[in-house]
Amino acid sequence: MSTINRRPRRIATAAVLGTALTLVLAACGGDDGSSAEPAALDPDADLSKQTIVVSNWEAYMPEDIAERVKEKTGATVKITSHATNEDMVAKVTGSGGEGLDVVFGSQPYLEALSKAGLIEPLDTDLLDNWGNLESAATDTAEVDGATYWAPYTWGTTGICYRADLVDEAPTSWRDLLEPTDANKGKVTMMGTERWAMLPALKALGYSVNTTDEDELAEAKELMVAAKPNLLAYDDSTFYERLISGEATMTEAWDGWCNYGTGEDENIKFVVPEEGSDLWTDGIAVLKSSKNKEAAYAFIDTILDAETHAWVEENILYNIPNEAALELVPAELKEQYETLGTRREEMLSGENMTDVGDDAAALYNQIITEVTAS
Amino acid sequence: MTSTKQHGGLARPSLGARLRRGVEPAVLLGPGLLFYAALVAAPVLLVTGYMFARRGRFGGVEWELSLDNFSRVTDSVYLEVFRESLGLAFVATLLALLIGYPTAYAIAKLPPRWRTVALVLVVVPFWTNFLIRVYAWIVLLNSQGLLNDLLVGIGVTDDRFTLLYTPGAVVVGLVYSYLPLMILPLYAAIEKVDEDLLEASADLGAGRVRTFLGVQLPLTMPGVVTGSILVFVPSLGNFVVPELLGGGKTVMVGNLIRDQFLKAQDWPFGSVLAMIVVVLLVLLFLGQAWVTRRVEGPARG
Repeated sequence: MSTINRRPRRIATAAVLGTALTLVLAACGGDDGSSAEPAALDPDADLSKQTIVVSNWEAYMPEDIAERVKEKTGATVKITSHATNEDMVAKVTGSGGEGLDVVFGSQPYLEALSKAGLIEPLDTDLLDNWGNLESAATDTAEVDGATYWAPYTWGTTGICYRADLVDEAPTSWRDLLEPTDANKGKVTMMGTERWAMLPALKALGYSVNTTDEDELAEAKELMVAAKPNLLAYDDSTFYERLISGEATMTEAWDGWCNYGTGEDENIKFVVPEEGSDLWTDGIAVLKSSKNKEAAYAFIDTILDAETHAWVEENILYNIPNEAALELVPAELKEQYETLGTRREEMLSGENMTDVGDDAAALYNQIITEVTAS
Repeated sequence: MTSTKQHGGLARPSLGARLRRGVEPAVLLGPGLLFYAALVAAPVLLVTGYMFARRGRFGGVEWELSLDNFSRVTDSVYLEVFRESLGLAFVATLLALLIGYPTAYAIAKLPPRWRTVALVLVVVPFWTNFLIRVYAWIVLLNSQGLLNDLLVGIGVTDDRFTLLYTPGAVVVGLVYSYLPLMILPLYAAIEKVDEDLLEASADLGAGRVRTFLGVQLPLTMPGVVTGSILVFVPSLGNFVVPELLGGGKTVMVGNLIRDQFLKAQDWPFGSVLAMIVVVLLVLLFLGQAWVTRRVEGPARG
């Protein structure tokens, strides 16, 4: 479908790291706004005159990323932040994307945005560092044959716990959903988005992407029953609660559990026996962006081995960048098993994908009703 | 009455005076009216429209007539949220009144220069950001927090109490946040009470309790009602306190509405919930006006 003459040919010079944009455009326009073809980029675009606005989670990329991009490509980057995927989606849809060029988000949400035609398929040939990426990650960035985002981090969801405060290490999602008396009131679960339903769905042996109403209803029942035993719903500060000892077990992403482990060696991460998800966070370019050349330059700077390695070293999530992985120090992989010996385990979950409009509405309604119950 | 209408200037032509009389209210009221039209009336109209639409996948609405949201709101889950919100807001208001009345009374009886100091002290917490003040309660109340440290330290208990993330913590947060809004109107009302009336009541043989219930309280009722409404209204709609001090487990209607717009992307349902709150509040304000008129009305003739 996308093999013919629209494919841009590159005449790029032996490119200094990261200057993806000394390159050529697609043969011709034909951009009717609804095609799944990447938009034509202007090879002569003067990046130093382009400014892009990037929305990301707080502290989820190098603080000096704007300087890095400026230095490597000349483009100006402004950063804004969103707290959650839902936040990001609301920002993009609320304004039709006006005022934003690049967004960071998780796969289900980026997938939905791609289906809604709000983000732009990427022409990966224009990204010098695309080849650094593992195919397992780039494969899942494809929607209907086009690539819509650059995989940034990936990992899984499990139980982060204080080994010194629990009698027995948790092994099952039910340890969280139906805690022993000693742990009642000392566990937290995530309260939003797809991760709110993950423990219940997996405990019941269902897919994290299920759209089956009966399965979802069963999961809801389990969540309502679990609620009285929770300390709180917490999507962002659970590792702090473990450090203080306020909580003994929390639903957590592997990387954020590492933040706890870094402070207290008794904080450990387990992927429950029923299995979990493989989530991927990616970087996408908005269809409405007027500065796509700079947007590509930004993405290519992130995918540059050095920058991407920074991400793993500082944010403690696994990255799907083979060139960058070579730069990550061995000590770090030893200190944090999820980045080292247990990396495979972190990436063996069920790929979390978009469940479609109707099911997404149902997920939201269930979460609303569980929290309201 | 007559002496206050002199500002037109005697020598001016009557046309100018008339013009000026027309322009003055427009200039004075204009900004306020504009503000209300743009930021109150327009959103309320918009929300009214949303109630009858269908949910858009990414927020927003599809303009397609639907009454589903009205039937959904009668689901027991949501009715329970309304019940709990009203309950929590009511308890918070009652506590604020029980704490606020004696405080306002004491301030009103202070020597004048101390009154000002006391009133400033009541307002001072407002100078700190609301979120920071609420976060402070997390530090105080959590199981590893200062209050538990204190109780364990002085030997009251060995087991730490679960204080945070309970409905009680939410009430504490609401009372703390809005207490000044109770004290100030109460102070204004109490300060106006004529001492002679209280003396007369005592002279005629009424005890302190009877004087309070029969004279003081009715005379300060407008303050009680105003203060209560000023506390009740923001308490009912609050979503920060339940989220931070209730741990997301105690959901008030404010959280529910916020979540429909920002998380669930279900604007129509959020609009129905919001409109119910608006209607409740309008009824409250009508009640307040009624009480105030009953107490103050006859005196003005």
